[in-house]
Amino acid sequence: MKRREFIEKTAASTALLSLGLSLSSFESNDIKHLTILHTNDVHSHIDPFPADDPRNPNKGGVSRRATLIEAIRKENPNVLLLDAGDIFQGTPYFNYYGGELEFKLMSMMKYDASTIGNHDFDNGLDGLYAQLPHATFDFINSNYDFKNTVMDGHIKPYKIFNKNGIKVGVFGVGIELQGLVDKKLYLETVYNNPVEVAQDMTKLLKQEQKCDLVICLSHLGYKYKDEPTKISDLTFAAQTQDIDLIIGGHTHTFLDKPTVVKNKAGKDVLVNQVGCYGINLGRIDFYFDKDKAHTNQSATIVV
Amino acid sequence: MVKLKKYNGFLKLFVIFLTLFSISSCSTKNYNLTKIEGKQVPVTEKTGETTEIENFIKPYRDHINKDLDNVLAYCPETLDKSTGKWQTGIGSLMADVCVQRGNIVFNAREKKDIDLCLLNHGGIRAILPKGNVTTRSAFEIMPFENSLVVMALKGEQISEIAAYIIKEKKPQPLSGMTFTIAKDNKAKDIMVQGKPLDLNKTYYVATNDYLANGGDSMTFFAKSTQKFDLNYKLRDVLIDYFKEVDTVVAPKNIRITEE
Repeated sequence: MKRREFIEKTAASTALLSLGLSLSSFESNDIKHLTILHTNDVHSHIDPFPADDPRNPNKGGVSRRATLIEAIRKENPNVLLLDAGDIFQGTPYFNYYGGELEFKLMSMMKYDASTIGNHDFDNGLDGLYAQLPHATFDFINSNYDFKNTVMDGHIKPYKIFNKNGIKVGVFGVGIELQGLVDKKLYLETVYNNPVEVAQDMTKLLKQEQKCDLVICLSHLGYKYKDEPTKISDLTFAAQTQDIDLIIGGHTHTFLDKPTVVKNKAGKDVLVNQVGCYGINLGRIDFYFDKDKAHTNQSATIVV
Repeated sequence: MVKLKKYNGFLKLFVIFLTLFSISSCSTKNYNLTKIEGKQVPVTEKTGETTEIENFIKPYRDHINKDLDNVLAYCPETLDKSTGKWQTGIGSLMADVCVQRGNIVFNAREKKDIDLCLLNHGGIRAILPKGNVTTRSAFEIMPFENSLVVMALKGEQISEIAAYIIKEKKPQPLSGMTFTIAKDNKAKDIMVQGKPLDLNKTYYVATNDYLANGGDSMTFFAKSTQKFDLNYKLRDVLIDYFKEVDTVVAPKNIRITEE
């Protein structure tokens, strides 16, 4: 009798032990790796700067960027390729072709999404609208209301990407157009407060849709040292929550590494921007697992 | 018999356990973000090119290059808008050229003279490198489709221009006007075309349509009494100037003095 009991107990605990082991090994092997690649303010810089350019000799170039992106995709196919706006304006490619080549090349590189910068209005709403058929990627902006314009229905307020099981919510915020862009170019486009819009977006993406990662594509600008009250990526990051990464633009800011900002809830947000003209490609790697022990831990940030 | 029954009970328990575990671990549970690595990848000549992309760009590039690479003039020194506190060679040059070239149209159409020109520092989008100046250089400095306009402003608004420049703390391209920033950070000795500012006089101020419509918070243009569209793109103003001269000479004279 005692022997039987012993055998039963042993069998049960062995089963449980092996069950536990197989589960924990299943969890620790289930590490997901997502690579975010990003550009901003490329401003129609399709060709590299010439070798004799006094400021950026031999830097940039779409064809080289495509090579880098392809190499990274080979290393980790789980890539999200994003742009933070001001695709247009800066070289004769834009003046001659109105953005057609920019959109076609971004489509060839398989960009997933872009937000809209102030210079993307440079040929007016009609000019932007006319080039949309050349883009296979989505335009995302949450704080411009295009309801009474030709762009109505062509700009998504957000998009959820499922990347190998990782749910990534992306929304976008654009800069105040009044005083920066000629009214005859943006017409009836309405600018809404980015912080208020972000509250709705993060509630939807993080709390309701349970995204594993929330990214904001911003064309607000990194920081305004002479106008500290003006909304910028740094002040925006501090006034919002449930955003993991802000990919910025507009101020052509070259950062050595992404900036870590404490958000409204005291958690870390990454703010990044990679200068301008396609001189750099930003790369942020996110690692996820399902280990319960990590549920309430904040991520280790290596920058 | 008893033995078998007991074993079955254990099996049932095991299956329930397994089901519970797999539900809790694999279905509703979100992923935890554990590590983030950020870096910047420079795009340089060490990166190889992608043939497919290169071939796609080529016909577009060839067409543009044929058009743009005509040499128009020579520039003896690199002109950079970031090399000056209150004025820069390239800014002064652009404002001067706008007055000169704009006057050709303004004189002919309105029989009036442009008194001064104000542009924006941010509107100069590239440097003018030392060497051959081509149509391409003009496109790079002035990629925007902005055109020249002349705004009729009262002397009062001219003093607002000076206050604006002081407030913005940038070398805004300025021509036809000089002033001194006093110790109290206010403008004094404002001169237009070499004469002291007359607050009641109407002045003709050349600028671009973007600024005339209140761009860069240049609100004083909203108070203009008359607006003249010259239908002359700023880029074409530059191209015409480059065609006119052999050598690009950037003005060195001081327009804004700090006390």
